[in-house]
Amino acid sequence: MDTPARYFDLWFIHISYPNLIVIGLMIVLFAVALVAPFPHGSDRDA
Amino acid sequence: MLDAAEVKEVKPDSAATPDHGSWTLRTRQFVDRVLPMDHLLPHRQPYYVGSWVYVFGVITIAALVWVVISGVVLSFMGPQWWHTSSLGRFFNSLHFWSVQLFFLFMVLHLWGQYFMAGWRDGRAATWMIGVVIFAASILTAFTGYLSQQNFDSQFIAINAKDAMNSGGIGAFFNVLNFGQMYGLHVMLLPIAVTFLVVWHIVMVRVRGVVKPIGPEGGSAS
Repeated sequence: MDTPARYFDLWFIHISYPNLIVIGLMIVLFAVALVAPFPHGSDRDA
Repeated sequence: MLDAAEVKEVKPDSAATPDHGSWTLRTRQFVDRVLPMDHLLPHRQPYYVGSWVYVFGVITIAALVWVVISGVVLSFMGPQWWHTSSLGRFFNSLHFWSVQLFFLFMVLHLWGQYFMAGWRDGRAATWMIGVVIFAASILTAFTGYLSQQNFDSQFIAINAKDAMNSGGIGAFFNVLNFGQMYGLHVMLLPIAVTFLVVWHIVMVRVRGVVKPIGPEGGSAS
């Protein structure tokens, strides 16, 4: 916690690995939410 | 003793009662018309709500509840407690990580609503209130970082003052003034965010959840 984060550098992209991991996790979570079956999804009003 | 028919006659009926300039009656009729209880607390949802994408907003609210609860404890006990005692550090961490979850799921909720064009069919105001909540939350988090009472908050304040001064608001919004930042963080901004979130939810309940985009581009029938 007391040491500065390491950074990912690619052309104009300059982002810390913790932030990069969180953004990657969010994209994965969003994609999973789109395709994962929702429980009792068929028990809804038409 | 009144029989059933008599009871029915004396039962107040807001729809049939004439308006004698009563603002309470007009308010009740307005609420009944705009937000009936089956809209406010529905027990069934349309079939398209059966997706995890619709859960992001609820998780954001749950995170906000934990932010407020942990924040109340922190403000009650004070900086000495949250920096030196193990229980204080626990609540400090609880406050921090619930804020992280709040922002994470708020952005996921934003992505979901953006891609389903959640502002359609008269929901523009709901979308715009969401945008204002996002902005107010950023300001709340910023004043929170300034209220930590450690070297981190001092570093942020010293660097942020130049940004505020360059924007012309440094004299009014002084990031070096701990009292002002703390007051904004624990009182005015949380009240604003909570009020806006409640308003946002009520507007979602008034209009209902937006329909999916149909094959022709408009709302699905």
